[in-house]
Amino acid sequence: MAVKSLKGRQHNLADSKRQLEYLSNGIFSPGGLPTFETQVKTFQDTSLRPKTLEILQINLGYMCNQVCAHCHVDAGPDRKEMMSRNTMKQCLKILKQTSATTLDLTGGAPEMHPDFRWFVSEASKIGVSDLIVRSNLTILRANKKYYDLPEFFKAHNIHVVSSLPFYKKEKTDRQRGDGVFSQSITALKELNKVGYGKENSGLQLDLVYNPSGAFLPADQKALEADFKKALKKDFDIDFNQLFTITNLPISRFLAYLIASENYEDYMQRLVEAFNPAAVAQVMCTNTLSVSWDGFLYDCDFNQMLELKVASPVQHLNDFDLDQLQDRFIRVSQHCYGCTAGAGSSCQGSTV
Amino acid sequence: MSTPYYENQDLKKFKNISDWSPELGKKFFDYYNSVFEEGALTSREKSLIALAVAHTVQCPYCIDAYTQDGLERGVDKQEMMEAVHVAASIRGGASLVHGVQMMNVYEKRSM
Repeated sequence: MAVKSLKGRQHNLADSKRQLEYLSNGIFSPGGLPTFETQVKTFQDTSLRPKTLEILQINLGYMCNQVCAHCHVDAGPDRKEMMSRNTMKQCLKILKQTSATTLDLTGGAPEMHPDFRWFVSEASKIGVSDLIVRSNLTILRANKKYYDLPEFFKAHNIHVVSSLPFYKKEKTDRQRGDGVFSQSITALKELNKVGYGKENSGLQLDLVYNPSGAFLPADQKALEADFKKALKKDFDIDFNQLFTITNLPISRFLAYLIASENYEDYMQRLVEAFNPAAVAQVMCTNTLSVSWDGFLYDCDFNQMLELKVASPVQHLNDFDLDQLQDRFIRVSQHCYGCTAGAGSSCQGSTV
Repeated sequence: MSTPYYENQDLKKFKNISDWSPELGKKFFDYYNSVFEEGALTSREKSLIALAVAHTVQCPYCIDAYTQDGLERGVDKQEMMEAVHVAASIRGGASLVHGVQMMNVYEKRSM
């Protein structure tokens, strides 16, 4: 397992332009597999456009205590990009102005941001109906200063969405690093202790499953049942829902696909599994993603590919929702990941 | 260079068997898909049975397909290998149990 990000290793795929080249050439060259744009247009008249904004997803920065093999953010301890307090204030202002009912905080490990608690406290005063923190779990046990986070989450009625690739050690540690599984289990127990995931507590604890390799996730309900049974039996852990998320061919997962010679097969699999019903449910139509430096994207994946929104409004400084809504969603072949099979989004399967 | 009998890309063309016999092809695939639906056995259990049978009939397409299917369903390597050993034990047992026939013949013909 690498201990540095692609950027830290000066890997050629740290450059989003190189990633986009990969996704647009080769098997997607003219005469090859259809591009995502072409595929969508065979089922509907127009390219994707936004619907009502429901989710504001804010990426607080790319710093993380882990260096997961599949990370589309290329996050890691060596990434220093972090949102300024001023940009955070702009996010809060926009949250008040818009129809967004969900605030979704992600990273990196958002908890590592020095202003994380301030930002959460301020955001919770605004009164969004769903305030999500995407936690990698191990951060809750990484340092004593984080040990009280479960209590902090509870005090602000945070909806915790945690990554746990599998309910067994081997697959989890292979994807996320040695020792991650046991630390994650300890963190889940701490969350359970304050009421998270427990019936009638009102404290929502959802888990995220990413396949640990070049394959698609299975049925979300079936996997959820397996996770619940195994985590209860082996560790007496409770949680609410399992979200299955397809790995998109971006950043470190793209680098893995290419290095393991799985890229073409995986992309073909995504294309073959294209589900027109999932197109209507893609999260980019009700989400706006904000980067650490205040730029706007259709989703977190587009953020990592540096595909800013196709609008004159590209930054929080110029925020104008009406103008933003009048745009087309920017797509490339990574979008096949969200429309394969039962669909995929940050809230799990969509169909 | 010789052409291999098995091409992994041919697995993707499995559905083409309907081209020369659409009616029977449709009947087969309808049946096939129904078999793997959740029933008294879960789809996950059926996938493991399929993996074991794939090793018994030594079908490289089926081994490829049901290893990937198992990965998607969260089947781990220990479970997959145990399924293969079930197949191997039945195959081995099927040979060995005929040893009784051999013993019977031997004893009958011997003084």
